[in-house]
Amino acid sequence: MTQINHLIEIHGLKKKYQSGDISVDAIKQMDFFIDDEEFIAIMGQSGSGKSTLLSIMGALNHPTQGKILVDSLDLYSLSTEQRADFRSEYIGFIFQSFQLIPYLTVLENVKLPMAVTGRTKKIKNQMALEVIDRVGLGAKAHRLPDQLSGGEQERVAVARAIVNKPPIILADEPTGNLDSKTAEEIMLLLQSLNKDGHTVIVVTHNQDVKTYATRSIKVQDGECFA
Amino acid sequence: MKLHNISFGNIKRRKDKMLFLILGLVIGISTVVTLLSITQTMTRNIEERLNQFGANIVMVPKSENLSLNYGGIDVGGVSYKVREFDQEQLKDIKTIKNSKNLSIIAPKVLGPVTVKGKNVLLMGVLFEEELALKTWWHKTGGAFPEKENEVMLGSQVASLFGFKIGDTITLSGKPFQIATILNPTGASEDDAIIASLGVSQRLLGKQGKLSMVEISAFCQGCPISEMTLQIAEKFPNAKVTAMKQAVMSKMQSIDMFKSFSLGVSILVILIGSLLVLVTMMGSVNERTREIGIFRAIGFRRGHVMQIILLEALLLGIIGGIMGFVIGNLIAYGIIPIVIKDGAFAGINANLGIVSILMAVALSLLASLYPAFKASNMDPSEALRAL
Repeated sequence: MTQINHLIEIHGLKKKYQSGDISVDAIKQMDFFIDDEEFIAIMGQSGSGKSTLLSIMGALNHPTQGKILVDSLDLYSLSTEQRADFRSEYIGFIFQSFQLIPYLTVLENVKLPMAVTGRTKKIKNQMALEVIDRVGLGAKAHRLPDQLSGGEQERVAVARAIVNKPPIILADEPTGNLDSKTAEEIMLLLQSLNKDGHTVIVVTHNQDVKTYATRSIKVQDGECFA
Repeated sequence: MKLHNISFGNIKRRKDKMLFLILGLVIGISTVVTLLSITQTMTRNIEERLNQFGANIVMVPKSENLSLNYGGIDVGGVSYKVREFDQEQLKDIKTIKNSKNLSIIAPKVLGPVTVKGKNVLLMGVLFEEELALKTWWHKTGGAFPEKENEVMLGSQVASLFGFKIGDTITLSGKPFQIATILNPTGASEDDAIIASLGVSQRLLGKQGKLSMVEISAFCQGCPISEMTLQIAEKFPNAKVTAMKQAVMSKMQSIDMFKSFSLGVSILVILIGSLLVLVTMMGSVNERTREIGIFRAIGFRRGHVMQIILLEALLLGIIGGIMGFVIGNLIAYGIIPIVIKDGAFAGINANLGIVSILMAVALSLLASLYPAFKASNMDPSEALRAL
């Protein structure tokens, strides 16, 4: 019998937040896996623990207990700096409310993840312009974020997430601040990225997102239900 | 996109805060530059005055049993068996290694003469040299002696004998006209009759002899002690002394001002550093969200530190240049007010380099803790603030 290696494996995951005498179990117990090229919708209400789960999968938040393996790599056995390198290579984050750097242009925001890579200026420009075109903002590459609409800013966030060609895209409520039409455009964009080979994991409370995903995981009170 | 683009971008975006930070550096550096310029001008000013005013090397005959009473020489005694210099020998002084530092050489002959039955000190001088050396000699009227039959009286002598300008005084039986009387100087010349060197040598019976030589050397950077040794080598019968007291006391005043300047500079720099630290801390706290994003997209802790320290470096360079320029402008304006006859010593390029380095070091040091704090920010905590 051969052992199947999943892209992401989560074993016995627990996360407790401690604030003085009060402790909150954000994640009580989770065990699941995600395969390569899946489009996962992690659904749950506010406070269900879905954002904590996303940050743990993104090597940003140390779990209290349990293991998370990405490409058979035990994330939290790595040093802080190794986890930073891991994020740079493996993960593309799309944050809630876009989170663009306001004093950098669209092009500069998109090039940001490449600032710590060894690529040449020419290649960085080429790669960034390519993804900006892909999200449909080729004509607005030199604008500042506040000169763009909400949907356009979300597209810049997507472009920034994919510029380093990471295998995994983690999106936290990507449609949270968008109208339904723009939300649909963004979900279609994420779907097309998934079809191009990216594993997309979206954390959301929006039930419509499920329709774009290949699989959904329900998170409730710190536990998950596939 | 490189890390420095982020640093430059942040500086451009937070202009008001960055100006405040630069202001802290400018205040510190300009204060140091101003105080150093004032100190430098004071030192130069005093050195120039020392060059102008009076001797700083005195050459007297070696003697075991006689002391003269001018410049530490006692001629009031009874013995005149003083081993004097030959005037001819004096030209050898120009052959010392540091001869280019010699400014004024004022030889004199000293001895007692009888005036109205009393012994009075007669000092024979070369008027041109002596007046150049003793710029504090001020006449009460008349003119400084120009002819061989003219003499000048010290204030005490004039007052004791009731002489006036234009009177005739008889020295060793020869009549001389009193060309002028000196204002009191508080020194030995108050009690002396001053005549030309040649006449005095004849009157005292010391033709071709010298009792002492006062020398003024250019003081700026000149090795007075070494010159003293060089002169002593040429004149084995002479006791050559560097008159350091005047220099020492004035330099002590400067040293005190230097210490004061140093104290003020340290205080201002500490305040400036505190300003940089507080501004940088504020900047880092404001950028929690940004730093969270940087860390999430794969920036290492070192990268975050680099961004903050690069900003500090750039601001340090700007603050250093501005502080140096403003410090010089203040010094230029303030020196004529605080130092009498003082003029701005000019721009010191080395001080410029030191100012910039100091501002950069200050800015980096004060930013080290904020940068460390930023780099150690937990990205999940920072992102929770998103």
